[in-house]
Amino acid sequence: MKPRTLFEKIWDHHVIYEEAGKPSLLYIDLHLVHEVTSPQAFEGLRLAGRKVRRPDLTFATMDHNVPTADRFNITDPISRTQMETLTTNCKDFDVPLADLNSPDQGIVHVIGPELGLTHPGKTIVCGDSHTSTHGAFGALAFGIGTSEVEHVLATQCLQQSKPKTMEVRVNGPLPLGVSAKDLILAIIAKFGTDFATGYVLEYTGEAIRNLSMEERMTVCNMSIEAGARAGLIAPDETTFTYLQGRRHVPQGEAFDQAVATWKELQSDEGATYDTYVEIEATEIEPQVTWGTSPGMGTGINSLVPNPDSYANATDQTSVRNALAYMGLTAGTPMTDITIDRVFIGSCTNGRIEDLRKAAAVAKGRKVSPIVHAMVVPGSQAVKERAEAEGLHHIFTEAGFEWRESGCSMCLAMNPDILSPGERCASTSNRNFEGRQGRDGRTHLVSPEMAVAAAVAGKFVDVREWLKEPVSM
Amino acid sequence: MEPFVTLTGVAAPLDRANIDTDAIIPKQFLKRIERTGFGQFLFYEWRFTIEGDKIDSFILHQPQYEDASILLARNNFGCGSSREHAPWALLDFGFRCIIAPSFADIFYNNCFKNGILPIRLSEEQVDELFKRTESTPGYQLTVDLERQVVEDNQGLSYSFEVDEYRRYCLLNGLDDIGITLQQEDKIAAYEAARATK
Repeated sequence: MKPRTLFEKIWDHHVIYEEAGKPSLLYIDLHLVHEVTSPQAFEGLRLAGRKVRRPDLTFATMDHNVPTADRFNITDPISRTQMETLTTNCKDFDVPLADLNSPDQGIVHVIGPELGLTHPGKTIVCGDSHTSTHGAFGALAFGIGTSEVEHVLATQCLQQSKPKTMEVRVNGPLPLGVSAKDLILAIIAKFGTDFATGYVLEYTGEAIRNLSMEERMTVCNMSIEAGARAGLIAPDETTFTYLQGRRHVPQGEAFDQAVATWKELQSDEGATYDTYVEIEATEIEPQVTWGTSPGMGTGINSLVPNPDSYANATDQTSVRNALAYMGLTAGTPMTDITIDRVFIGSCTNGRIEDLRKAAAVAKGRKVSPIVHAMVVPGSQAVKERAEAEGLHHIFTEAGFEWRESGCSMCLAMNPDILSPGERCASTSNRNFEGRQGRDGRTHLVSPEMAVAAAVAGKFVDVREWLKEPVSM
Repeated sequence: MEPFVTLTGVAAPLDRANIDTDAIIPKQFLKRIERTGFGQFLFYEWRFTIEGDKIDSFILHQPQYEDASILLARNNFGCGSSREHAPWALLDFGFRCIIAPSFADIFYNNCFKNGILPIRLSEEQVDELFKRTESTPGYQLTVDLERQVVEDNQGLSYSFEVDEYRRYCLLNGLDDIGITLQQEDKIAAYEAARATK
């Protein structure tokens, strides 16, 4: 048999039907649902008199609209309607739901892996572009629009044209103090926000193998920011250890059998990708974005770029617009940029390891008096775990607010929102104009860099702090 | 879904790259549970001040583009969030065709589900359309999906590529779910085979 890539193995296993000149019919193993992109899909089913074909392969939660301070006090009536609509829809169509009362509630891409719903080799979709997160397990996972949500609810399938494949080879180990977030930001800064359009990425190389499961999720999460259809990392012992014992993962002998199958989910020796790129991990430093697109980022020890240094007119205009929006001057050292707000959380960096790393930097330090900083766990389970470890005390003693789980300020569909002109160091995934609030200014960073910025009141190279212990 | 065969209309030039779906429809308007009525919020933060006043200088507010049904933009249009509210807002505002050098995948796909035709042309061709739109008052384009060409009345004619199956569905206004359910027996057989493994 011809050697196949990991992507091709998953794809082949899920094609129900193929016909020349038409998209393939692809079976979907897991459909995650949230309150924002599903109401019109359920309404479509009702209008057509259709049912959810496989409620047992569907799982819903509410995350985007959830207030993180006083979660049951939803003052925005439209937000409340959207959440109530999800409750009604799940009840009417027998879809399991982790609502605000559930200990399982959280950001959809945090709870999928946490509950063990995400497995290697599955096809996973959700009406949310950050579904790419689940690719960290070697699952083919991608975001879809509401029409496709309705399609999957009705048929458990999607019509899909086969994407192309690209290997993203990360050579060498990541330096100390450089995180998975820095790696993915550096990849996007180097290759651009659309280099992967039309492709499924497979991340390979030493740095990727060394990443923990949660770090891999951070990398795959932001594949969409490179334009990719999906991002994949082949499963290994790190994956299996993470999954063992989780609620929706097979137990005992069935687990061993599952692992045996999962071990086959590797790109074969000699398998070819349509194209590849590579990056040297050892050359990456902590990243900070300076613009209004995730690719507009640089190392902490660099300067805000000059628009005239770009080759083509479209890029020059984009950079000029971005600097005007961000209130930045070309040539300013990144370490001279002062901030007003810090947000630690989101489906990119709201997991327990992120909070542990953030707490390690925050311990014994104080948030600058000019900064308003908050930590928002990605799920109720992450919150519970963090509290069991005492992380919340470290954060609150340092002056961070400690919140309930939800999407929070990543997209500000809830009360967590920037005021016009406010500048935020954010561990989320998008620095688009207005993303965190109209005229708000977002700089994407890792959790460690966010804490350091909160303490210093400006961006600093957190590696300097990792060298010396805090004087208490 | 309304079929798309040909369209003649004014083209509005929105000269920006990487227009993301947050810009097309900001998150505060995603809370509605209907599919309709999003046009009023299209490009909201570019069209209105914080106080809610209309920004007259914004391209879509200029009188010559008021009835535009074709939108011209730069590369990577529709990047970011998967929100289908973006094509819903564009359609509701009156756009049935978007021309750009490149589109983000999910947005591109969402357009076809809503009877909008996204057309990829080369950067040079898009540049030329920008020039003509900006220099010719009332400049109109005709998009012919049957023949796969974009034309004006000055002799310009650009052919474009589109996936054959998507073209067929758009020309006929076909509903995907109905098509897929014609394969119900195959889906059931696949499920049965998986269950016995």
